[in-house]
Amino acid sequence: MSAEATWGQGSESSYRAKRFAGRVGIYAALWLGVVLMIVPFLWMISTSLKSPIEILSFPPTWVPTGHFVRSADGPWEEVYVVSEDEEAGTAVVTAVDGTAERTVGLERIVDRVRFRLGNYAEAWRQAPFARYYWNTIFVTLFVVAGVLVTSSLAAYAFARMRFWGREGIFVLFLSMMMVPQPVYIVPSYIILVKLGMVDTYQALIIPWIAHIFSIFLLRQHFRTIPNDLYDAAIIDGCSRLGFLWRIVLPLSKAVLVAVVIFTIVGTWNSFLWPLVMTNSPEVRPLQVGLARFSQEQGTNHELMMAAATFSVAPLIIAYFFAQKQIIQSLATSGLKS
Amino acid sequence: MAWLDTAKRRKAMDPITAMLYIVPAGVIIVVFRMVPIASAFLLSFFDVKMGRIRGFVGLAQYARLFQDPTFWSSLGTTGYYVLGVVPISLFLSLFAAVLLNKKIRALGFYRTVYFLPVVTSLVAVSMVWKWIFHPRLGLLNYVISSLGGSALLWLEEPRGVFQMLADSAEWGWWPGWLSGPSLALIAVIVVAVWRGIGYNIVIFLAGLQNIPDQYYEAARIDGANGRQVFWGITWPLLSPTTFYVLLSTTIVSFQVFTQIYLMTGPPVGGPMGTTKVIVYYLFEKGFDAGGNMGYASAVALVLFGIILTLTLIQRRVVERRVYY
Repeated sequence: MSAEATWGQGSESSYRAKRFAGRVGIYAALWLGVVLMIVPFLWMISTSLKSPIEILSFPPTWVPTGHFVRSADGPWEEVYVVSEDEEAGTAVVTAVDGTAERTVGLERIVDRVRFRLGNYAEAWRQAPFARYYWNTIFVTLFVVAGVLVTSSLAAYAFARMRFWGREGIFVLFLSMMMVPQPVYIVPSYIILVKLGMVDTYQALIIPWIAHIFSIFLLRQHFRTIPNDLYDAAIIDGCSRLGFLWRIVLPLSKAVLVAVVIFTIVGTWNSFLWPLVMTNSPEVRPLQVGLARFSQEQGTNHELMMAAATFSVAPLIIAYFFAQKQIIQSLATSGLKS
Repeated sequence: MAWLDTAKRRKAMDPITAMLYIVPAGVIIVVFRMVPIASAFLLSFFDVKMGRIRGFVGLAQYARLFQDPTFWSSLGTTGYYVLGVVPISLFLSLFAAVLLNKKIRALGFYRTVYFLPVVTSLVAVSMVWKWIFHPRLGLLNYVISSLGGSALLWLEEPRGVFQMLADSAEWGWWPGWLSGPSLALIAVIVVAVWRGIGYNIVIFLAGLQNIPDQYYEAARIDGANGRQVFWGITWPLLSPTTFYVLLSTTIVSFQVFTQIYLMTGPPVGGPMGTTKVIVYYLFEKGFDAGGNMGYASAVALVLFGIILTLTLIQRRVVERRVYY
């Protein structure tokens, strides 16, 4: 009340000005954030489309450009500028492969935007990326299928069946979730060695087809299904499994989608586990392959950025189509790394 | 009433049926979580090479661990890392969430953009940032030098940041032990904050949106200004969310590995080992050539103990200030 009483002409307009400045400030800050988030991606793509020489040039360019010289009335040819002589107005240039060194007048050199898509093909060739991709897709598919099946069954039992020790076992499972991966990865490796599964697909799939948090999420949801529905189903002669399959699961679509999403993202991006458990390129998944590629390439930045780009592209494209679901799913799952 | 008999029969069979339903997941969980966790402790007393047990070492393994200066320095490095990532990430994500909660247009757009680094693979993120931090050709040094600053070595700089500040002010007397986290570690922290902030923003946003509007309206009627509204209403009602973000970010940060591995190693683990965090140390000692997995297991258990202790401390110290 007191605030309204003191409002006069002057303070009202300055109030509006302050609010306007405040809003501008908010949007400015938000856009600064947007820029900071996006720039690395743009830089990655930009680098991936440059030639090695252009990468070494200073100052760095944003849009990949190439120098072109036209020969007489003929076609434009891309050249590398070896040196420039501003006084004489000439430059020494060579062809892209380093041959045919000659001197041309500076005015004949034209800069044009040029995307070196060949980098992608080159990077793809230099390491068995096709295989890496296939491995990741293969593993992800099986893990997702496994998690869906095992978690639905287990969650159903925990949610709707009565047995001795039900809560105790569930809490025991939950407590396993809190243990950090470094603790169980070492003994798991030894177990896999004993099972003869190291460096195979099994090592990447089998330990992951059960997921405690998924069981937790599904159990939460299954508990909300009214018992009357179950009784009605029994009267109609439905079996338990039938009830699960035909009624409970369809009603749980949202949760199942969330489980699928964070399982896909988690498996696609997993690193430490496959790094430890695999060795040969035949079973190596994409992330480990990409990391290896990065270490092998060392200084071929355009190839490394191209590889990084085609490695993240599928998930990012999927992300743009399903942002809401993906964000919601990952936020629920607590998946941070 | 045949269905009643069926129902009763089913209920009696419950334990058996339940076992069948749980067994698929259960077997995996037992074999690959319970057994490993239980045996990690046992394992830490043995010398294990390439998955084969070679001999019994006993407590001497832990003695050796605690006498290894690299172990302690990796703990220190991890500590610096957590102290860097957690407060910065917490502050920035809360700040952004508060801004986003102010009835702006296109909220979904900002949220999508901020969350993008979270879904991007850590391997690719590390590669790109390593390239941005490149001392000679990197984007960051270019921006800095065109703004008039001096280019830095970033991921290759072993000197501590406090030491660097003292050097640039030409204080020759700055003590070595106060040199602080290396610039390389700072660079890794920047990447971690960049990547994880979107996730915390989403969590904070959800928490903020759970605060009923009536509180804000009541405050407005009472003439409270922005600061009073924030500290009197928003902050207390947000405290469960803040606590959760604090805890989860801490726990995750302690286990950092991928970025370190990709941006600063192998073989060394950073410039002069100044970015070697505890999980990297574990990886080196356990899985590199000639590694002793029993030793690595011991390291893992120590790490687990630390995380557990920190969790308990945070719960005691912080959770009492949380309004539920």
